Order: sequence, then structure tokens, then C-alpha cells
Amino acid sequence: MTGKERIATAFEHALRRQSAALMPYFTLGYPDTVQSLAVIEAIAPYCDMLELGVPFSDPIADGPTIQRSTQRALEAGTTAAGCLAMVRQLRTNGITTPIMLMGYMNPILAFGMAEFVRAAATAGVDGLIVPDLPPEESAELKAHAAATGLAYIYFLAPTSNAHRIALVTEQADDFIYMVSVAGVTGARSRVTAGLDRFVTEVRTLAQIPVAVGFGISSAEQAATVGAFADGVIVGSALINAYDSAESDPVAAVGRFVQTLHHALRKANAD
Amino acid sequence: MLHLPDSELPDKRGKFGPYGGQFVPETLMPALEQLIAAYDEARTDPAFIAEFEHLLTSYVGRPSPLTYARRLSQSLGGAQIYLKREDLNHTGAHKINNALGQALLAQRMGKTRIVAETGAGQHGVGTATACALLGLECIVYMGEVDIARQKPNVLRMKLLGAEVRSVSSGSRTLKDAINEAIRDWVSNVHDTHYLLGSVLGPHPYPMMVRDFQSVIGTEARGQIVEAIGRLPDVIIACVGGGSNAMGIFHAFRNDDTVELIGVEAGGEGIASGKHAARFADLNIARIGVLHGTKSYVMQTPDGQIMETHSISAGLDYPSVGPEHALLRDQERAGYTYATDEEALAAFQVLSRTEGIIPALESSHAVAEAIKRAQTMRPDQVILVNLSGRGDKDLNTVVTALKMD
Repeated sequence: MTGKERIATAFEHALRRQSAALMPYFTLGYPDTVQSLAVIEAIAPYCDMLELGVPFSDPIADGPTIQRSTQRALEAGTTAAGCLAMVRQLRTNGITTPIMLMGYMNPILAFGMAEFVRAAATAGVDGLIVPDLPPEESAELKAHAAATGLAYIYFLAPTSNAHRIALVTEQADDFIYMVSVAGVTGARSRVTAGLDRFVTEVRTLAQIPVAVGFGISSAEQAATVGAFADGVIVGSALINAYDSAESDPVAAVGRFVQTLHHALRKANAD
Repeated sequence: MLHLPDSELPDKRGKFGPYGGQFVPETLMPALEQLIAAYDEARTDPAFIAEFEHLLTSYVGRPSPLTYARRLSQSLGGAQIYLKREDLNHTGAHKINNALGQALLAQRMGKTRIVAETGAGQHGVGTATACALLGLECIVYMGEVDIARQKPNVLRMKLLGAEVRSVSSGSRTLKDAINEAIRDWVSNVHDTHYLLGSVLGPHPYPMMVRDFQSVIGTEARGQIVEAIGRLPDVIIACVGGGSNAMGIFHAFRNDDTVELIGVEAGGEGIASGKHAARFADLNIARIGVLHGTKSYVMQTPDGQIMETHSISAGLDYPSVGPEHALLRDQERAGYTYATDEEALAAFQVLSRTEGIIPALESSHAVAEAIKRAQTMRPDQVILVNLSGRGDKDLNTVVTALKMD
């Protein structure tokens, strides 16, 4: 099965059980290689997909929490090549959950676009999320991804007008990453009003799943969003769970993701 | 009457050959599209141009004079050096030209809040000034390191009613201030315009900032022809992001006899690795993407952006405007560098021979003029863009020269 197919299958499974797919984010190499692998293995059983971040020194789409995590990962010596090695390790350790790799454009260019995509596919990555690559600039990377069977994800945001929605839905063929707020990543206390209508509108146009991320920080918010979205993405809250754990941070993140998992299933059962 | 140039570049997608473009989160794309449309309309609207021109003359004090540096030229015994006096603009640098142009545009788009980044503080002061003049809310992001070394400009911004937000992430300089300004813009894009200060960032910024600064070259071309009856042989400007250089180069881009020279910050020397001379060190500066545009970027082999060093905060930046990258590839412009030491020496020479205290940024261009003049004939002419004045740098210079 190609990465694209594995991602599509993950959404189909979620649809069949009638709950949104859960896709938590964690920064590769945070706070170091061993710990980040331990966190990812701990949460994997509760996830439909994983979004794993490749650290970059200047992450303009990220708020303070993820910035801090990527900075720390870089200080611990994490590189793009190292991130791919971590994915390979996860696959060797028997983690079969589909993996989306999130990374900014410059490290991908430095690696070599074609080489990066090939190496990612070989390592066991299923798709790419590049937050600083709008449709206007994505043709080349998307072509490489298509050639190796990787999914390639486009974003939409509350600022997106009809013209942007048309442009993105035309190009996107895996799923759409819906940014829930005009802003950067990071925990927020409320879900944006009107988001449900927007998600429904985009899904109708795009005819592919819509996953919502940015700002979702609690099981309650995940359940609220899961009621209308095909996927729920939670990132900064995992880093916060790791940082605020009094003991055994790996287990703490595992428990947190477990509550998200239950919240999504329960939301459906209710 | 002033007009904004109708240029062959960039193309519709904001590309200067392989450089430029729009590498930003989707959240910002509608704002960039709005900006492109608004600028496109404004640049040919006689009412907008008249308002911009009125401010440039009645408020900035344009045209800025052209000064023949007689004693400096004579002491070097080579080419004659002329200075385009952007240091005499209101607020003391070329930055005000672009700040006013964009602030007018923001107002036209109905945006009430302005965010900006600043390195040396000149763009921050220019923006704070334009916002005070037009009644716009102003937030300026500035790296902690730069706040410490450009204290007078921080105080000026505050007096002008701007809020200065200290940035403590990353290298705590211009690069990180831009990151924060972009994050603010993403979060407040409905009422906020990002007033970017150089020929950097996503399309249309490199084009729009160049156009607002092109008044420098347009004036200088007329002034130098009037002064010497012909075009100069060489034009020299310092290059951080590269807005003052693009501003003066643009009017001369099709004059093949005029050599265009950009001077980057050589810091403590190329071999030291502590510099911001992107074009001088192509092992470190490779084609990459930073702050929404593709250009040369100083980076590690892994693609992490490197910290740079320069005695001048305004040149302390790891990338360079995409149009400069193209001019370099095409060999239409040449790029060299001056070290901290050379810039400091030029700072003193110009102060003592001409009674003009230049900004440390502009001192890099003066340093190159001093070097080059001595290799040229007395009937040849160098035009230097003196992009700003040095009052803001007194603390840095006094410390560096141990004058205390």
C-alpha cells in the first residue's frame, strides 16, 4: 500500500466507526531522540495517524510551545536526516500507524527535494505537511510526493475566501488541514464559532476529508471538533502535557492522548 | 510628477528568475492577494501618487541632496565621490520612503493596525513616524540584542507612540523580529498590515518596497547628470536585505556603463564565520527559503538558519532580497563586503573629512568607495548611497573605539 492509500484508509476506518480520526502531533527529537521515540510509541495505540514534526530554526507558523520544543530538539542535535532515521526506528519497532511528516521548506530544500521525498518514503513516512508552501509554490514537491506515493496536504484557514478554497480544493486529493483560527499553533480555550459550517462547506466542495488543527487543547474541544470534522489534530497540548508532568512525562502524554481518543469515541456514542 | 516604476520583474507570481515567490502559511495568502490588488491599483492612481509625493516633499524633505565629497575625494587622489544624502531625510534614513508608501496603502485598504520589524531601528522609527502621522496603531518587533545596541531608536519609537516588543527567541536580532512580526500578522490579519522594511519577504513586498524606494535612484540620476554632465561610473550601496541598494540601483539598471556594487557586512572577516556576507561565502549561503521568499540564505548543511554577525544591526541578516540574488547571477550587479573594522574606519574618515556622520550600515558603502576610488582615475565618478545618519550608532562606535 502507498502512503496515500494508508492515509485514505485511516480516514475510512474512522468514518466506518463514525468518529473523527485522531492525529496528534509531536516534535521529533524533543526533548531528545530517545524520549521522543518513547512518547510516540506510547501514544501510537490511541492514534489513527501521527503528525511528526521536523525541527526548523525559524518556524513562522508555530506558537511559543512548539517553537520551544523544536529549539530544544535542535539543541539536542536533531537533523532532518535524524528525523527520518527516527521514523525508520519506529517502523522497526512495529509501529504501523500512518505517519505524516510536518516540516518547513528550507530543511527540505537543503536535503534536496527529490532526495528528501524518496528518503522519507523509504523510511516509512506516508505523507508530507509543509506549512510554508501554499498551492502557488507546491507543484514541484507535490509531484515528487506523487511519484513516490506519498500524501501531500494543503491548508485552509478562517481567512480563506472563495477563490482560495477553490484553488486548494482543486489541488488537494488526500485531506485538507483546516486551521481552526487565524493564528499560529498553540493551546486556545475555545473553538472558533462558525467552524462547523466552514468545515462542512469545504468538505462538500473538496469531497475529501477535512482535519482540523491549531488551538485544540482539551478532550472537550477535541470532542466538539470531532463532531463535525473528519480528523482532529492536537499538538501543543502534547508538548505541554510532557512539560508539566510531575513524573514520567512519557506516560503523562500517553494518558492525555488516551483521553482524546476516548473523548472522540464517546462523542460519537452520545 | 513622481511615478512608481513599471518594471519587467518580478513576474506575476513574484519571481525574479528562480528567486522570490510566496512561501507563507495559507492563512496569509488572502492578505497577500489583497495587498497585490491594492498596490496594483494604487501605483497607477494619480490621487495616491500625488499624496505619496506630497508627503515625500513636504514631510520627508525630498529631494534629498547630492553632495560632492571634495575633501574625501582629494585625499584619496582617485575617483570623485558623490553622496546621495538619504541621511538628511526626516527620521534620518531612506527607510521613511517605504514606510510612508506602505502606511498610505494600509490606510487605503482599511487596515488600522501596523506591525513592523526592525534591526537598526531605522525602519521601526520610520514606521512609527508614518503611523503617528496617519493615526495608525503601531507595534514594532525588535530583537533583544538590537534593543540593547540601538537604544536611541527604541526611545524614539516609544516617543512616537509605538509599542516596541522585545523578541527573545533565536538569535534575538532582525531575523527573529521578522518571525514575530509574521506571527502577529497571521494572528491579526483582519485589521493589520505588516509593514515590511526591506526588499524581502513574500511577493509583493520585494517589488513594492523597491518601487517605494526607487525615488532615490530617480532623483540621483537627474542630480548626477546635472552635476557632472553624464552618468557615474560606479554606484555603491550597502546591502542587508537590500532596500536602499535596490532603491538607487533601479533607475540605472539599463545603463550598461554604470557598474552597480552592493556591499555586505563582512563582520569579523569571512574566515571567522562571524559575518552577514551572503554572496561572499557560498559554502554557507545557499539557495533556500526564509521569511516567505527564495534567495541565498546562510544556513547549516541541515538547512537551519545561521546566526549572523555585523557591527551594524541593519545588515545583520542571514538572507538577501531575491532581486539582488538575480542581479548577482546575471552579473548586472557585483557584491563585495566590508568588515566591521573597515566600516568603523570609514565612519571616522567621512565624519572628519566631510562633516557627515554616517550610519554604520552606510559606512560599509563608504568603506568600499574609499577602497575603490584609489584604484580609479580622477575623471571617474563614484556615487554612494548614504542611506542613513550615524547618530543612532554613537554608543556602538564609542564602545568599539574605546573613546570613553
